[in-house]
Amino acid sequence: MTSSARVADMAARDSYGRLLAYLSSRTHDIALAEDALADAFVQALDLWPTRGVPDNPDAWLLTTARNRLTDRQRHQTRFPTKDEIPDMPADDTSPALFPDERLALLMVCAHPSIASDLHVPLMLQTVLGLEAKTIARLFLVSPTALTKRLGRAKAKIRDAGIPFHIPDAAVLPSRATTIHEAIYGLHAYDWLNPADDLGDEALYLADLMTKLMPENSEGLALAALIALSHARANARIVNQTLVPTEDQDTSLWDKRLIFYGRQTLARAYTKATVGRFQIEAAIEAVHIARKDSGRTDWEALNKLYYALLQIAPSLGALVAQAAVVGRLHGPQAGLDALDAMQDQAGTGFQPYWAARAMILAELGQVAEAITCFEKAISLATDSATITLLTNRRDALHHG
Amino acid sequence: MRYTFLLYTDPADLADMTPADWEAEKEVYGAYIGALNEAGVFVDTDWLQPVHTATTLSLKGGTKQVQDGPFADTKETLGGFFVIDVPDLDAAMAWAEKCPAVKVGKVEIRASAMGSE
Repeated sequence: MTSSARVADMAARDSYGRLLAYLSSRTHDIALAEDALADAFVQALDLWPTRGVPDNPDAWLLTTARNRLTDRQRHQTRFPTKDEIPDMPADDTSPALFPDERLALLMVCAHPSIASDLHVPLMLQTVLGLEAKTIARLFLVSPTALTKRLGRAKAKIRDAGIPFHIPDAAVLPSRATTIHEAIYGLHAYDWLNPADDLGDEALYLADLMTKLMPENSEGLALAALIALSHARANARIVNQTLVPTEDQDTSLWDKRLIFYGRQTLARAYTKATVGRFQIEAAIEAVHIARKDSGRTDWEALNKLYYALLQIAPSLGALVAQAAVVGRLHGPQAGLDALDAMQDQAGTGFQPYWAARAMILAELGQVAEAITCFEKAISLATDSATITLLTNRRDALHHG
Repeated sequence: MRYTFLLYTDPADLADMTPADWEAEKEVYGAYIGALNEAGVFVDTDWLQPVHTATTLSLKGGTKQVQDGPFADTKETLGGFFVIDVPDLDAAMAWAEKCPAVKVGKVEIRASAMGSE
């Protein structure tokens, strides 16, 4: 996609999400609002090419969709059809035509009473206008089943009366965290399945959250984290092979995303709270700094992983820290760190075996390294990772 | 070792499929088969006709019993299977996690009792 086409695409998404959020917050019926908006878009495609694009496309779409809703809901009183949307003067181009209800819509999508594995699909469908079939293809899940589950979730939102509002200050932080975690999950999925190209969606939603909740430090940090990871996307897979961060060609990193990520992280730093996303974003920022300094600051990474393990312990972070220790204090220290976590890692955690194989190779323990590479290869399910591990193993065979 | 994945899903989730739904479904499973093939672990797969077409046969006890329907009547029914060839159960579990059916139903993993050649 060209950059201007991407901008147009993003602008259209912005309109879609805002219009749908506004319509569904009034009707409390997402499916009905989606149908009405889809009808309005069909009419627009029909009329605009011949009559010209209206001066204010959003106002036109909103009025048309609202008329559709009125037709369908004539017998219902819940949808206020009078004086809700004044007739817009044709030359009014002010951005605040109607209130931005997208935060309320996101709160509904990530409501605690909705199954957590539907939070992201609901967000992608309502805020970004992605079709259920597209979402299913991206996540490799049955499209028919996902379509039905999304339909049932929207019926529940309508029938159970899940409120379209911003929760009170008492619960707002935890509800925002649920949204942030869903977006983080989308980013993590994209990172583990590099072929699917969901990174743009994760970044869009994270950036939207920074606009809707500009004072939330973890939201800012999450957007920074996703931008800084995504900045390395083009350098991460070369010739269908995964390239470890420290070996990536920094000239392939995206300057625009780096600028955005650093700026957003700096805003997160000014807030009083430090959370898991801020530390993860700082780790990304340390890797990115190699672009200017030419070296990776392993000492800083070691401290950041230590902090991350204090507030959000995970196997992934433990393995990553062991690899950092191996860089900082030599491969034997890295191997000791991996030995220390062996019980926790169990036998089925692929990054553990990959890290162990690479450290054993550095120590010259070729036979053990090959065994670990083979274990890691058997656990890997994406071809870019399999190719990297296979190449490293084969180099030992021939070395 | 060969492992068989038995895919159990709720037929209600897949009822009333249009040809377009069917194409989309095949595309998702095709991507999974592609990943298995790329990793060199794919052996076999099939997608089964709905459970109401099942015939269950038994000669146990000497008498032939033919039952119109599945062996067990459950909400989630056997809808298909995959056979893959991977070194161990850890690897089989890693692949089962990626199977489209695991997100909407259950995947039972069974090792082959035939040994490997």
